[in-house]
Amino acid sequence: MSQPLIQLKQITKTYGSGLAAMQALRGVDLDIHSGEFVAIMGHSGSGKSTLMNILGCLDTPTTGSYFFQTIEVNTLTRNQRALLRRHYLGFVFQGFNLLSRTSALENVELPLIYRGMAKAERHDKARKALDIVGLTGWETHTPAELSGGQQQRVAIARAIVTEPTVLLADEPTGNLDTERSREVMEMLCSFNRDLGITILMVTHEPDMAEYAKRVVHFVDGLVSSDTEQKP
Amino acid sequence: MIWNALLLALREIRRNILRSCLTTLGIVIGIAAVIIMVTVGNGVTAKVSEQISSLGSNLLMVRAGARGLTGTAVKPFSLEDAKTISGQVNHLKAVAPSSSKSTTAIFGNKNWSSTVTGMTEAYMIATNWVIGEGREFNDSELRSGAMSCIIGNTVWKELFEGQSPIGSKIRLNSLSCTVVGLLKAKGQAFGRDQDDTILIPLRAFQRRIAGNLDISMISVSVDEDYATEKVQKQLKQLLRDRRHISGNEDDDFFILDTKEIAATLTGTTKILTSLLGSVAAISLLVGGVGIMNIMLVSVTERTREIGTRLAIGALEREVLLQFLVEAMVLSCLGGFLGIVLALVASIGISKAIDVPFILDLGIIVIASLFSAAVGIVFGYFPARRAARLDPIEALRHE
Repeated sequence: MSQPLIQLKQITKTYGSGLAAMQALRGVDLDIHSGEFVAIMGHSGSGKSTLMNILGCLDTPTTGSYFFQTIEVNTLTRNQRALLRRHYLGFVFQGFNLLSRTSALENVELPLIYRGMAKAERHDKARKALDIVGLTGWETHTPAELSGGQQQRVAIARAIVTEPTVLLADEPTGNLDTERSREVMEMLCSFNRDLGITILMVTHEPDMAEYAKRVVHFVDGLVSSDTEQKP
Repeated sequence: MIWNALLLALREIRRNILRSCLTTLGIVIGIAAVIIMVTVGNGVTAKVSEQISSLGSNLLMVRAGARGLTGTAVKPFSLEDAKTISGQVNHLKAVAPSSSKSTTAIFGNKNWSSTVTGMTEAYMIATNWVIGEGREFNDSELRSGAMSCIIGNTVWKELFEGQSPIGSKIRLNSLSCTVVGLLKAKGQAFGRDQDDTILIPLRAFQRRIAGNLDISMISVSVDEDYATEKVQKQLKQLLRDRRHISGNEDDDFFILDTKEIAATLTGTTKILTSLLGSVAAISLLVGGVGIMNIMLVSVTERTREIGTRLAIGALEREVLLQFLVEAMVLSCLGGFLGIVLALVASIGISKAIDVPFILDLGIIVIASLFSAAVGIVFGYFPARRAARLDPIEALRHE
């Protein structure tokens, strides 16, 4: 098999110290290859969110090493990790996290501004991304004028506008009803299938995990099962 | 990167337009207050020195009688005193003996109470009078004490209602007097209308109006570049000798130095200006604290948003710069509006209290720099706080 895109070796994460120390991850080994669609499942407190933060380069492991392609992430500085996020990762959050009182177009443009892209190109790309998520005609609307499903689609457009290598989705359907959840999941599937974006998704809903090609279960900070599934 | 920060900051300001306006208000008021105080203060100072210089430049006014004393007890000067002064004291431009008396001037069916002053040629030089129409007295009028007069602007307005006065005869104390000249207006000085005056040759005054040879005042004009203090000392000694005042007795005359008055008064207005300016500067400081306050609230309120920015790849310094630029744009905008407001208000106030409007570019430059500095200083702390946020904590923030 080829070199994995993401390689976790004996990752541990401990919060606090001494008697109050809490071990959220207790030696996780995980390889993720390019083009995979992985659902990470587990109860709250199982360490799945901690893992997601580490995978998203928002947090660093206490011990162990994390390779992203050939980069050893745990040796990077805060700024270097920010640059890695900027150029390779896209994020979709449970709470959407759009900028309020800011149009859908400007929200989607945001990561491109940080990439220093010129205005015309930025607008063009943002429009295309909104078109992909089916929000053509809603560019000037602010989050308050959009439904929950539409807001999450704006957030997804913001995540894919930079054409990331990996899309990290933290409970992307957590705030949506079944119908909207299905739409979002189908969208993620199509990105994975058509654009070749690797997707890592945290969820606790088995229905949503069914869309993934691979499901990893977490119990008490360790991988308890890792299964490939046929669509 | 700076353009990106500017773009992001402007979007933020637009997003919270009302709050942004209210935030800048503190700076607007602070900057405006400082500039108004300084501009109007400068105007008052200029007005005071202008009034003093209209009395006569480098002028020493020597009056008979101790300071504050008037009436019969006053021992007057004589023409001889003036002659001795011009003979024995160097560096003098003019020595002008004069005597005044209040009198009623009548022309046609109009009459006007004014002051008539008997004077010599030197008086015009010493007290900065300029002829507006007609002429000065000629030698024969001065020598013979002819009943000719030169009238001030106010007298002309009251008696002649805009007609040319030259050649007309007015009556002073029932004596007929030909108007040969009209003085150019000087305006008010310290609440007294300088233009309410009638000048006649000293000899005519002594013979026809006063009936004695007394001189009540000697105006001494000192050369432009010579210190009046030295002349003042010489004058004092000379007059004490001539008036037989012994060692420990007080003077029975006093010398008024316009330069000294000018220095005292402008000094006072300058102190007042800087005092008011400093008080206004405190309000500017309060405005700066207001910006910091709002920016801190804004950082707390926007924690999740900052988390999002950090998650999608904003660098620490980019977040710092965005908040810093935001604070600076607000304070500079406030500074700009404050300057505009101050200029409009200063012009209005200057007009209302009748002082010249003096634009001090220095204070405007200082105000601009200060408002930018307020942005940096008071914006830095909140900006650093935003930049140092932990993205995970920030994303979790409710």
